[in-house]
Amino acid sequence: MYPDKTKMESLVEATNIAEVKGRSLWSDARTRFMRNKAAVAGLVILTAILLFAVFGSLFQAWTHEAIDWKLMGRVSQIGGPSIENGHYFGADELGRDLYARVVQGTGISIMVGVVGSLVAVVVGTLYGATAGFFGGRLDNIMMRTVDILMSIPFMFVLILMLVIWGRSITMLFVGIGLISWLDMARIVRGQTLSIKNKEFVEAAIAVGVSPFTIILRHIVPNLLGIVVVYATLLIPGLIMAESFISFLGLGVQEPMTSLGALIQGGSKQMLYGAWWQITFPLFFFLATLFAFTFVGDGLRDALDPKDR
Amino acid sequence: MMSAPFLSLQNLQVTFDVRRPGAWPWTPPRKLHAVNGVSLDLAAGECLGIVGESGSGKSTLARAIIGTVPTSGGKILFEGKDLAEMEAGERRAHRRDVQMIFQDPLAALNPRMTVGEIIAEPLVTHFPKTPRAEVKQRVAKLMERVGLLPNLINRYPHEFSGGQCQRIGIARALILEPKLVICDEPVSALDVSVQAQVINLLMELQRDMGLSMIFIAHDLSVVKHISDRIGVMYLGRIMEEGEADQLTTRPEHPYTQALISSVPIPDPKLEKARPREVIVGELPSPMNPPSGCVFRTRCRKAQASCAAERPQVVDLGKGHKVACPFHEAEALLEATA
Ligand SMILES: Nc1ncnc2c1ncn2[C@@H]1O[C@H](COP(=O)(O)OP(=O)(O)O)[C@@H](O)[C@H]1O
Ligand code: SF4
Ligand SMILES: [Mg+2]
Repeated sequence: MYPDKTKMESLVEATNIAEVKGRSLWSDARTRFMRNKAAVAGLVILTAILLFAVFGSLFQAWTHEAIDWKLMGRVSQIGGPSIENGHYFGADELGRDLYARVVQGTGISIMVGVVGSLVAVVVGTLYGATAGFFGGRLDNIMMRTVDILMSIPFMFVLILMLVIWGRSITMLFVGIGLISWLDMARIVRGQTLSIKNKEFVEAAIAVGVSPFTIILRHIVPNLLGIVVVYATLLIPGLIMAESFISFLGLGVQEPMTSLGALIQGGSKQMLYGAWWQITFPLFFFLATLFAFTFVGDGLRDALDPKDR
Repeated sequence: MMSAPFLSLQNLQVTFDVRRPGAWPWTPPRKLHAVNGVSLDLAAGECLGIVGESGSGKSTLARAIIGTVPTSGGKILFEGKDLAEMEAGERRAHRRDVQMIFQDPLAALNPRMTVGEIIAEPLVTHFPKTPRAEVKQRVAKLMERVGLLPNLINRYPHEFSGGQCQRIGIARALILEPKLVICDEPVSALDVSVQAQVINLLMELQRDMGLSMIFIAHDLSVVKHISDRIGVMYLGRIMEEGEADQLTTRPEHPYTQALISSVPIPDPKLEKARPREVIVGELPSPMNPPSGCVFRTRCRKAQASCAAERPQVVDLGKGHKVACPFHEAEALLEATA
């Protein structure tokens, strides 16, 4: 039976002292994430790498473009890592400080990944949620467009773009941003279709909440789990794409650099014994990829609705 | 009660287009008649029960009334106004006046919103300028009214039991002080012990707030306590309609009789003695319903003429109507009453 009034009221008074704070699905997920050792380790490494990329330049003795003339022509003999001359990671074949260049390259590589992924999140989520929510002809048109865009070999087009309009970091961002949201739009649309049929969405429609508000208030928050996971796992892919392009020599322009460009430079110098030129960039490259992947996997396990 | 009814459904039809998967886009879709000519009246302050097997179109009927599925024929008159001809403003008012309570209590609540946000949503949607403090106060008061501790306002739906979730759904439906509340199988998903609590709460609220109510269930025993009148639905049509007492004690339609006799009687002696009549077979597909009387494939009284045309509705007086020419009262439950 429905509890009687007076008892109810005294109970209310007794417990009214503090409003009970709810345990949101997000905080549940955070707890689960923190229990996952590999994911936490990934997060720690990732944080360290981010701090390195952002604040590493404070500790550099040389800028990334300054040439140390003393090393000129003898880099492979005396250009190795050394604390005394300020080249902590050694110098490259032109006598530029590798530490400064790795700091810069790490920053650029992560930025390419994160910006591409952010574009995917914003554009892909809104696009996919709109198509899925309204359905019908609009959905058809929107998703066929995605299909068509997807069937274009993106690496080929990106390389063409860089060749035609010249190599520039902006062009790289534009190119990666243009394609990164396609998969996201598909994933989000599929998820939206299933959320749309939930009764809480129907309840909102019946109350008269506007479609846009329904998308933002009821659909998107319930998609966010999968979006966050996919976005995190997308970053390493984008970093690799950028590195591949840089490896071909079409990426960022000197004197700026990226991990891919540094690895390419380093691979050529390996023959002459300058092992540091490939080791340091490659280490940061792999550490970044693994860290993002571990964090992404951890997020997926933590946010996976099937566990609930 | 004889003045213009509060809500009137006139020959209401709802059809869904069903496409065969893999069909060409230009092949015309097949029609699924989920609601096929339903006429019902509801007086203000009255509770109308709707019973029928799962798949008989009860939820679709409810959706048509709240306006989330388009009708394909007939009329819905709300306080005399045709729903289809309402302007945007009237439509908004209608959305305010008619609220729904859903079958799956947890699925009806957004898992990412707090209870307070969920209950307040209709209020905030229709009166966006309401001060936050007032919204919160009204939510708290209503939570108390439906038997939830108001200090749980910041909790999330997954932290509540099914019965509590349904109370949250009820609070959301009541915050705008609607005129009509449609309960679509509000207790089917709940434990039996909790069902009674929720039904009692709904009865109390209906009486106290003077609500009109449509109460849907697939089980007559649930409906008969709360309803003033009951409509029995089968394959998108109303088979029989009448006052709750009359319909449950002296059912006239073979389908109603079968429904009632399939409810077990707690007393084992009576249970053994009563005429037993189980509905055999499957519900036919609403895609191609049987001709004439849709119940004929499972009716024990079916005659050759039943296949020919849709049976006339016979008015037995006192609002008792039955869609079967071969009706006859069967005092099924008199022995048990
Ligand atoms: N959106 C829809 N599209 C196609 N068919 C539907 C849709 N909604 C319901 N139906 C069909 O309409 C019929 C009646 O369903 P419903 O109203 O949910 O019945 P009930 O609530 O009585 O169980 C069923 O055959 C169901 O498959
Ligand atoms: S009309 Fe015929 S088939 Fe339909 S319920 Fe009556 S007797 Fe049965
Ligand atoms: Mg239903």
